[in-house]
Amino acid sequence: MNLVPFSRREEHLFYLVAGFGAAIVAIGLAAALYMEHSGHVVTGMNNQIVWGMPHVFAIFLIVAASGVLNVASIGSVFGKVLYKKRAPLSGLLCIAMLAGGLAVIMLDLGRADRLIIAMTHFNPTSVFGWNVILYPGMFGIVAVYLWTLMERRMNPWTKPAGFAAFIWRLLLTTGTGSIFGFLVARQAYHAAVLAPMFIIMSFAWGLAVFMIVQRVMYAWNGLTVHQAVRNRMKNLLGVFVAAVFYFVAVYHLTNLYFAKEVAFERFILIDGGIFPVLFWGGWLFLGTILPLLLLYLPGLSSLCGSVATASGLVILGAFCQLYVFIIGGQAFPLGIFPGMETASSFFDGRIDTYSPSWPEFLLGLGGIGIAFTMTAVGVRVLSFMPEDDIAHLEAMLNITD
Amino acid sequence: MRRAVTLFLLGVLPWLTFSAWAGDGVPKPTIVIANEGKCIAPTEEMRRNHMDMLKHQRDETMRKGVRGKPASLNGCIECHAGKSTGSVIGKDHFCESCHSYAAVKLDCWDCHQPKAGFKAAGVKP
Amino acid sequence: MSNNDRRGFLAASAGLGLVAIAPGVHLMQVAQARPAGEPASKLQRWGMLVDTTKCASGCTACVSACATENGINEQVADPRQAAQWIRKIDIKDPKNGRQHSLPMMCQHCAEPPCVDVCPTGASMKRADGIVLVDRHICIGCRYCMMACPYKARSFVHQPLTQQNPEVPRGLGCVESCTLCVHRVDKGQKPACVEACPEGAMLFGDLEDPNSDIARRIAQTATTQVRADLKLNTGVRYQGI
Ligand code: SF4
Ligand code: SF4
Repeated sequence: MNLVPFSRREEHLFYLVAGFGAAIVAIGLAAALYMEHSGHVVTGMNNQIVWGMPHVFAIFLIVAASGVLNVASIGSVFGKVLYKKRAPLSGLLCIAMLAGGLAVIMLDLGRADRLIIAMTHFNPTSVFGWNVILYPGMFGIVAVYLWTLMERRMNPWTKPAGFAAFIWRLLLTTGTGSIFGFLVARQAYHAAVLAPMFIIMSFAWGLAVFMIVQRVMYAWNGLTVHQAVRNRMKNLLGVFVAAVFYFVAVYHLTNLYFAKEVAFERFILIDGGIFPVLFWGGWLFLGTILPLLLLYLPGLSSLCGSVATASGLVILGAFCQLYVFIIGGQAFPLGIFPGMETASSFFDGRIDTYSPSWPEFLLGLGGIGIAFTMTAVGVRVLSFMPEDDIAHLEAMLNITD
Repeated sequence: MRRAVTLFLLGVLPWLTFSAWAGDGVPKPTIVIANEGKCIAPTEEMRRNHMDMLKHQRDETMRKGVRGKPASLNGCIECHAGKSTGSVIGKDHFCESCHSYAAVKLDCWDCHQPKAGFKAAGVKP
Repeated sequence: MSNNDRRGFLAASAGLGLVAIAPGVHLMQVAQARPAGEPASKLQRWGMLVDTTKCASGCTACVSACATENGINEQVADPRQAAQWIRKIDIKDPKNGRQHSLPMMCQHCAEPPCVDVCPTGASMKRADGIVLVDRHICIGCRYCMMACPYKARSFVHQPLTQQNPEVPRGLGCVESCTLCVHRVDKGQKPACVEACPEGAMLFGDLEDPNSDIARRIAQTATTQVRADLKLNTGVRYQGI
C-alpha cells in the first residue's frame, strides 16, 4: 500500500483537527480548574450521588482503553496476521484513552492538588489503590510493546511484550470492575459477575472505538477498509456486543432471583424515570439491537457506513449503560434498615435525582479531547496506518465468503 | 527519574533560599514576634525545622492520638496570631508574611482555623 | 513561660475543663484524660449505646450539639451537598406500623469498609477504635462514601472558614463523626451524648467489662445496624 505524501491542503486540515482537539482539552482543563477553585458546589454531585458525570466518562475511557488493546492481543498473542498489522494503532489508542480517562478521574478529585499523595501513600487493601499501580503500569507496558512493534531491532520481543500487555490489560479491567464489585453495602454493585462483565464490555467498546478510528484514518488517506478486514472485524464486534448482552442479562437476573434485589431492579428496569429509558431505549435498543441488525442483516450490513454507524451506536449504548450503572446505582436509596421505611434530613429512603452541571460534563468531554488529540497527533507523526497484504486478504475473502 | 528530580531540588533549593535571604534589593518580610522568648525552641531552629516538627506532630496526633506535645499548630497560633485580626494569616501576619515571601504555598488553612481562640458557632444543618 | 511551664499550663487548663462541667456530671466521667504524650491504646474501644425507646421523634438536640461542637455551620444552597455528621432517622415498619426514631452517625466499625477501600490510607481506625479521616492525605476521591453502608460520610463541597480550632475540616475532603475525639482525649463525652435530654445515649469503653456500656450490652438485647455485614460496629442500638 503506497501512501501519497501529504498535500498542503491536508496539512492545513490536520492543524485544524489538532487545534480542535486542543481546544476541547483546554475547555476541560478550565472546567476542572473552576471546580477545583470553587469546590464541588458547582457540580451536580452531592453527598447522595457522590460519583457523577466525570466518572461515567472516565470509566468509559479506561475500560475502552483496555479493550482496544484486544486488537493487538489477537495479533501478537494469538498470531492473527490481520490483527497484527493493526497492533500499533491499537496500542496508541490504548495509551491515548487511558490518559484521557485518568486525567478526568484525577481532576475530579476533591484535592486534585494532592496527586503526589495518591502516588506515595498506598493502601494495599484498597482496590482503588491497586488501580493506582495498574494504570501507570499499563502505560509502561504498552509503551514498551509499541516500541517492540515499531523498532525493527526490537521485533523479536513483540510476542512476550504483547503477552504481558494482554495479561496486564485483563488485570486492569478486573480492577476497574472490582472498584464497584467490592462495595458490599450497595445493592447495585455487590455482584461477582461485575469483573467478567467489565472485561467483555471492554472488548466491545474498545473494538467499536477502533473501527471508527480505523475508518476515519483510511478515509483521510482516500482509502477504504478492505472487505475481508471489514468482515472479520464486524463479526467480532457482533460477537462482543451479544456477549455484553448476555452478561447484563445475567447480572439483572441474578439480582432478581438470587440476591432478591427486586425493588432495586424494579427501579432500574421499570419505574426509575430516566434510568429505564436509558436502559431499554439507550443501551438495549440503540446500543445493542440496532448495531446487531446493522452488522448482521444481509441487506443492511453491506451498506456503506453500516459498520461505523453500528460502532457509534455501541459507544452511545455504553454511555447509557454506564450512566444507569453508576448514577442509577446511587440514586436508589441505600438499605440501612432493610424492610423498613425510613425518612431523614439526609434523604434516607428517598430516591435521588442527579442533574449534571456544565463543568463536570465539560471535564468529561475534556478527557475525550485528550484521547482524540493524542491519537490525531500520534497517527500523524508516526506510522500507525495498518498496511495489509492485499493478496493475502483477497485469498482470505475467497475462503471465508 | 524521581531521584533525579529530588537531587536537583536538593541541589537547587538551598541555593535559591540562601540567595533569597541574602538578596539585598528584596525587602524582607516583617515578622512581628509578640511574645519574644516564649517559643518552644530557639528562633534559628524554628526557622529551619518548624515544618518537620509540625508534620511529625501532626501524624502523631492525628493517627496515634498523642496530645499535649509542644509542637502543636494550635499552640503556634495562640502565641503568634496578629494583634489586629487575631489571625496568623493575612498580609503582615506571622505565617503568611514569611510564606508569601518565600513563595511556599500553605494549605493548612483550608482546614485549620487560623484565628486564635476562635469559637465556632453552630447551626443545625 | 519555658517549655515545661507551658506544658504544665496546658495540663492545668485541661484539668480546669473537667471541674468546670456541671456538678454531678464528673461523677459519670467515663475516662481519665490521657496523659500528654501518650498514644491511644488498643486496650480500649470507645463505643456508644443508643436506647431508641427513649429517643423522641422530632427531637434533634444531638444533631444541634454536634453542629455546634464541630463547627458544622456553613450555609449550603443545595441541602444534598450539606455535610451531616449525625442525623435523625425516622423508621416505620410497614408490616405493623411501628415507628421509632434514632440518631445515625458513623458506627465506628471494627472492620470499617471505608478504611479498606481508601486508596491512600487517609481513612483510618485509631487504636482505640475511633474511625477518622486524616485530611492531610485525603485526596477526596469519595470511594469511602460509596463503601460506607450507613451513609455516614459527607464530602465538603465548598471552602470553609468558620472551623472550630479543635476540629479542622475543609474543602475537598471527606469527613464523618469523629466520636468527638478531641473531647474524648480530654476525658469528656461526645457532645451528642451530653446533649441528649432523655439520656438515651451512653458512651464508654466496650473493652472494659466494668463500664456501664459493657454491662448494659451484656445484660440487655442490643443490635448492630446491618449486623449481616459483620462490621462489628462500635455504636449499638437498643429497641430496634
Ligand atoms: S460507619 Fe461508615 S464511615 Fe463509619 S467506620 Fe463504618 S464504614 Fe466507616
Ligand atoms: S475520600 Fe479521602 S478518606 Fe475517602 S477514600 Fe478517598 S482518600 Fe480515602
